[in-house]
Amino acid sequence: MSAADWTPIWLWLAVIASGLYHGINPGMGWPLAVSAGLMERSPRALVSALWPLTAGHLLAMLVVILPFALLVAIVEWQRTIQIGASLLVIGFGLYRLVNRRHPRVLARISPAQLGLWSFAVALAHGAGLMLVPIYLGLCREAELDSGHVAAGALINTNLGMAVLVAAVHAAAMIAAGGCCAWLAYRYLGLKFISQSWFNLDTIWAVSLTLVGAIALVLNLS
Amino acid sequence: MNIRPDPTFYASPKLAMEAPPESFAYTVLLSPDASKPDALAVIDVRPDSQTYSQIVHTVTMPNKGDEFHHFGWNACSSALSPLSGHAFLERRYLIIPGMRSSRIYIVDTKPDPTKAAIHKIIEPEEIFRKTGYSRPHTVHCGPEGIYVSTLGGGGKDGTDGPPGVFIMDCETFEVLGRWELDRGPQTLHYDFWWNLPRDYMVTSEWALPPQFENGIVPEDLLSNKYGHRIHFWDLRARRNVQTIDLGANHQMALEVRPAHDPVREYGFLGVVVDTTNLEGSIWTWWREGGKFHIEKTATIPPEPAAKEQLPPLLQGFGAVPPLVSDIDLSMDDRFLYVACWGTGEMRQYNVHEPRRPKLAGSVRIGGIARRTPHPNGKAFAGGPQMVEISRDGKRVYWTNSLYSTWDNQFYPDGVPGAMVMADAKPDGGLELARDYWVNFPDGYRAHQVRLDGGDCSTDSFCYPSV
Repeated sequence: MSAADWTPIWLWLAVIASGLYHGINPGMGWPLAVSAGLMERSPRALVSALWPLTAGHLLAMLVVILPFALLVAIVEWQRTIQIGASLLVIGFGLYRLVNRRHPRVLARISPAQLGLWSFAVALAHGAGLMLVPIYLGLCREAELDSGHVAAGALINTNLGMAVLVAAVHAAAMIAAGGCCAWLAYRYLGLKFISQSWFNLDTIWAVSLTLVGAIALVLNLS
Repeated sequence: MNIRPDPTFYASPKLAMEAPPESFAYTVLLSPDASKPDALAVIDVRPDSQTYSQIVHTVTMPNKGDEFHHFGWNACSSALSPLSGHAFLERRYLIIPGMRSSRIYIVDTKPDPTKAAIHKIIEPEEIFRKTGYSRPHTVHCGPEGIYVSTLGGGGKDGTDGPPGVFIMDCETFEVLGRWELDRGPQTLHYDFWWNLPRDYMVTSEWALPPQFENGIVPEDLLSNKYGHRIHFWDLRARRNVQTIDLGANHQMALEVRPAHDPVREYGFLGVVVDTTNLEGSIWTWWREGGKFHIEKTATIPPEPAAKEQLPPLLQGFGAVPPLVSDIDLSMDDRFLYVACWGTGEMRQYNVHEPRRPKLAGSVRIGGIARRTPHPNGKAFAGGPQMVEISRDGKRVYWTNSLYSTWDNQFYPDGVPGAMVMADAKPDGGLELARDYWVNFPDGYRAHQVRLDGGDCSTDSFCYPSV
């Protein structure tokens, strides 16, 4: 296979890797599933808590990607949109680098509204934005693959791709988070929560900027 | 910001108990006549240390007349919930309100407690302007930052509007504003605490500033005008959901102590005095079927005393009321400690069955009529008051002063600062440690105690102990 053939594989791996990365980060919520399991004294409660966490994360991805799914259908603007998206991701990464504050409004969400919280926390930290350059890359690959098609068909393809990317990402996220929660609940104990928690704020902000920068370079080249 | 969570954040009460024991205690010092600035004393509590039970450092404030009382940490185990979003705070700053001045001091205890120093001062005007409250009191760290209860509303005497809770930013210590969105019938305030995963807050009632700042007002007490209600709130929605009146004769419902294990939906409340019979009482509240309930579960009788043993305030009664001024619950929720500041007794109740507290231990020291000395022979003025329990439940520390003007009414001979410690036996029983006695500087009284690494009236938890 040529280098070009490998591109979609790398992009899909990036979708999965970012999902795993979000999933193992306690800040994205898996300790809440542990708490739910222990509070109700039932592994079923742990699993039940994972669903709203997944749904919220999935929705946060879709909310960010879907507008781009519609935009990239405007073929003549594609390059502009891709560069704009890269700049947006870089800008948000730089913003997170400077402003380290956790949005206070998140602390107002009740523990009973896990789905809403998961949605808000993913949105606030730009988790969805990281997927945008990867998603745009996948759209371009799909388009190159199928040749020129009607705009309507292209939108359908792009929308389908958006849902697929968000779903694969969220599945990887919850697989990783669910494993961490189950390990803490069943085997490692509550100490694992603080042991597994690293302050990734800087790395997160830098990786957002990096993803945006790579996408920008690829688009300009 | 740390790279890892602070090692003194514990996911569960059980992990807090298993952590290394405390090395330093922080006790606030009060100059009762405001002739000297109030201060924070750092006390060495390592039994093998040369300076054990001695003050090893003092942070003296730059103002006079603040009246220190309660204080708290900027961060605690509650930060280990992803919902709070600040897992990388440090347990580092003590938030010390001046209850009379409405000034708040932020004291930095790192890198070394023996070098603790003032980090920031929040002037009263900022609190008045941003919250409309005055007389800050209890401090807790929680989901939205630092929560501070107040005893006064606006205006010079604090009666312009009700007192309540305000929030401070947990990183910048900026006063953010009022916490309540809907206070319901609440018009008085004292203590508060919560159950974080169950998302409710509980608040209690003392009195408005004119009823305490210049001393207890006997006519108000005898006509049952002090606080006697408990309020339950939706914590995130900031809304009063239920208020229960204990009955007007149950005057001054003060300390709120919920079970530490968040799976347990109950807690305790201490009531200073029943005006019909001078009893002190312990109440147990619990949540069942979505509603809160409360009942009186233990009473402590007054003790008869000759008129010449009593201060003028009590001479007409011929008895000493126990005056339950502080209560504290051990980390494992097994033992409730009850300070009887009037009769001079520290009671230890087994609350394994929360609605049936059983007296398990008792220590006599001080007291209006008894004046029991410490086993080391030294006089202990006042009575057991602010009590703090080590995380492992083995050591119980307490001081002897209640509140400047009230001290003078109940103990007219003065209340020189004292802090003692008792050893708690694993299955109940309490005994004063002969070798623990803190000498405070002359002219100072001692109030609340905080322990480094957290204590039983600071830390709230998001995960059960099982």
